[in-house]
Parts: sequence; C-alpha cells; structure tokens
Amino acid sequence: MFYGLAGKLVPWFAAAAAVLFAVGLYIGFFVAPTDAVQSEAYRIIFIHVPTSILSMFIYLVMAGYAALGLIFNTRLSSMMATALAPTGALFTFIALWTGALWGKPMWGAWWVWDARLTSELILLFLYLGFISLHASIEDPRRADRAAALLAIVGSVNVPIIYFSVKWWNTLHQGATIKFTGTSMQIAMQQALFTMLLACWAYAIAMTLLRVRSIILERERNTQWVQDLPEVRS
Amino acid sequence: MSLLVLVVQRDLLLAVRRRADVLTTLIFFIMVVSLFPLGVGPEPVMLRNMAPGVVWVAALLASMLSLGRMFSADYQDGTLEQMLLVPQSLSMLVLGKILAHWMVSGLPLVLLAPVLGLQFDMTGQGLGVLVLGLLLGTPILSMIGAIGAALTLGLRGGGVLVSLLVLPLCIPVLIFGTGAVEAVISGISYSANLLLLAALLVLALVFTPWVTAQALRISME
Amino acid sequence: MSWSEFFAMKGYALYVWGSYGVALSIFVIEIALVRHKRKITLRQLRLMRDAGEEE
Repeated sequence: MFYGLAGKLVPWFAAAAAVLFAVGLYIGFFVAPTDAVQSEAYRIIFIHVPTSILSMFIYLVMAGYAALGLIFNTRLSSMMATALAPTGALFTFIALWTGALWGKPMWGAWWVWDARLTSELILLFLYLGFISLHASIEDPRRADRAAALLAIVGSVNVPIIYFSVKWWNTLHQGATIKFTGTSMQIAMQQALFTMLLACWAYAIAMTLLRVRSIILERERNTQWVQDLPEVRS
Repeated sequence: MSLLVLVVQRDLLLAVRRRADVLTTLIFFIMVVSLFPLGVGPEPVMLRNMAPGVVWVAALLASMLSLGRMFSADYQDGTLEQMLLVPQSLSMLVLGKILAHWMVSGLPLVLLAPVLGLQFDMTGQGLGVLVLGLLLGTPILSMIGAIGAALTLGLRGGGVLVSLLVLPLCIPVLIFGTGAVEAVISGISYSANLLLLAALLVLALVFTPWVTAQALRISME
Repeated sequence: MSWSEFFAMKGYALYVWGSYGVALSIFVIEIALVRHKRKITLRQLRLMRDAGEEE
C-alpha cells in the first residue's frame, strides 16, 4: 500500500529535483546579473535561502506528522516524522554553513551572531534533540511517541525562540542587511524560486526513500514484507 | 489543592533526607560562577559586563544537573506507577513534583545569586533585577526540564540527553533574564524583559504540567 | 565570459564554491547513506527469512 506508492513516487521526485536544480543553478549563475554591492558572493543566497526556508518548513511538517501519529496512533505518520528529521537537520546544517560562508565576504567574520543564523543554530539543536531522543529509546512505539511530544513542544517554542533571538540581536547590533523581495532582480527571484522547488522535491524524495526502509524494518515479521519481490530475490 | 501540598511536602522531605543532592547543585553553581573570573581575568569592568550572563548560564546548567533525579527515584522503586493510577489529575501531582524540585534547586540559586553577584562587583540595582529575573526564570527551567526528565525516564545516558533536549527550549529565558540586568545597568527600563519573563512563566505554568503528565504516560507504557 | 573567469567568481571563488561544494557533497552523502540503509535492511530481512525457514 503506502510502501508501494512511495516506491513509485521516489523516482519522479528525484528526477524533478535533478531538473530543477540544474535549471535553478543555470539561472542563478548565468542569467542573474552581478550584484552591485556584493558582486559574485551574493550567489550563495540561491542555496542558503532555500535550505533555511526548507529547514524551518520541514521541522513544522515533522511536528505535524508527529502530532498526527501521537493523537491518532497511526504508526505511518510517526515513521514519516522520523524519516523527515535527518533531512531537515542536514538542510539546517547546509543553511548554517552557507550562511557563514556568505557572512565572511559580507561582514568580514565567519560567524556573525545574526538573528537568523542564531535561530538556525538553535533549530539544529532541536533537530539533534529529536533524533537523539528517538535513537536512545529501544522500543519503537515509545520512541515515536516520546520524540513526537518533543517535536510538538519544540514547534511551539520555535516562534518564541525566533522572537527572543531577534529581540536579543537588535539589542546588541542593528538588524543586518535585509534582502527585500521586491528589490531583487527578476532573474534572481526566478533562480531562488526554482532552487526552493528543487530542494523541496529533493527533501520529499529522500524522506520517502528513508521511510520505505523504516517501514521494512518495523514490519519485518509481517507476511506482506516477506513475499516482497526484493526480499525474496 | 491538598494533593499539590501533599506531593510538595513529600518531595521536600525526601530531599532533606538526601541533602547531598541538594548541596551538589549549589556547590556546582558556586564553582561555575567563580571559575569565570579565574578564566577571564579580574578587572572589574569586564566582570561587571559578564556577570548577568555568567550567573544565568550557571543557573541553567545547575538546574539541568538536578533534573535527572526528579522522577528517577520514584521510577526505580515503582511509586511512579502508583502515581499514574491516582484518581486526581496527574498534572497537579506533576506540578507538585516540579514545585518541590524548584524549591530544592531553583530557589537556593536565587538566594545565592546576590552573594555571587558581589564577586563580580555588581551594583545594588543590577543585583536586584538579577535576583528578580532568576526568581521568575528558574521555575520555568524546572518546568521545561520536567518535560525532558519525563521523556528520558529510565534511559541510559539520560543526564546528557535531558540537557540536549531542554537547553534549546530555555534560551528565551536566558535571553530575557540577562537582557533585564543589562537594561538596568545601561539605565534603560528593564520592565519589558521581566514582563516577558513573567509571561513565559505563566505560559509554562499552564502547559508544562499537562505535557509532562503525557510524557510520563508515554514513558511508563 | 571564459570558464576561468567563471570559476574565479571575481575573487569570491572560495566562498561561493565552498558553499555549493559542501551542499552538493552533503546531498550526495545523504543519498548514499539512505541507499545503504535500504540495502542493509533488505539483507537483514533475507537473513531473518532464511533463519525462519531452517527452523
């Protein structure tokens, strides 16, 4: 049922991700003009912005699935939440890494306690908390439910953390540059949007692929798993 | 309400019997705070700037230390299972345990903070706001910590895990607590920070007992 | 614009390619890890099934 469906969807999303990445990077590097202020360094936003948006979005989707799994006791949504976590954590790490590398030419320092970057770092801790809690409990059912509760508490706290970090940041140092959407040149926006779709398609493909292995693991002693073609061969 | 008082009395009694646990948290707090001047150098101007941050981070770490014991004793000897079957609301019982834990770990920190503040030669007003901030903040740390303690019940390596789960959630408390003291030192009004801290306290007071009760049910299944 | 200019990124090569390089390698590593996990799970299933049949 879902296992088979996921199997069919993965190649489609993977292909879509590959195509979108190619198009996005092409527009980003060849069509978009050189920025007046930062010349070429600004091209990092084409990977930094989509990954940071995605890292936040995936956390919320993960908390949503976790809540579903907890309330309706459906194992599949808990498995989806567990499958989403690593991809979300990796996106957060990429966002942090590219943010730091973008900060160096712009602000002269590898790590700047900018409100967004700091909140991104805290988001990474939330992900790691979720993953390590889930990993340290043997019984899968309790692991799912405990991690789900943590994800829900985490998602309630994310706005509070974002607000308090922004509050804290404007206290010490003015808000760093704001990329206002409208002032960006059309080609830049297109590239950004395509890259966002690309990352999104990639995230889905990865999650579905991972959830398939989790399903196999969890349902290993069921009959339908035993007579799956790939198991029998 | 009697359940709440009952649980608090019971836990305080238990804590008094095992006074060592209480003292370790306090000594840890004092030690961490006193380490900083040794590490950073004695000149007062710098210390005064760092004081709120140091005291708050030490308070955060000290409360993490004592979280592990909030449920583990009852978990091991089985009383926690009985507690789950209690007819009254589990959240009230959990609130009692959190309150008791705060009295044992949070309150002493609040009382000790002025003494340690003098080490960083903080002015009277700065100390006052620091203590007020801690008074509002440490209960929140215990409450959020209770969720972490309940989730990691009976897990090996639970101590470190609780800190990993709980510290990110306590960051707003740290920011508003230190912000309040910095505000008063630089002369601007600190009421905003304290009000936000109080708001977090009320929010935590409403939600955490119930969430911790759910976490306990999940861990005890 | 010649290829060498392109890669130079007007002096920001380190930062631009540093970011994209790490992002790309993380994607590649993640793909490899997930496929590896799948292979391992399938092998475990087969072992379990074979063990099951011998009883």
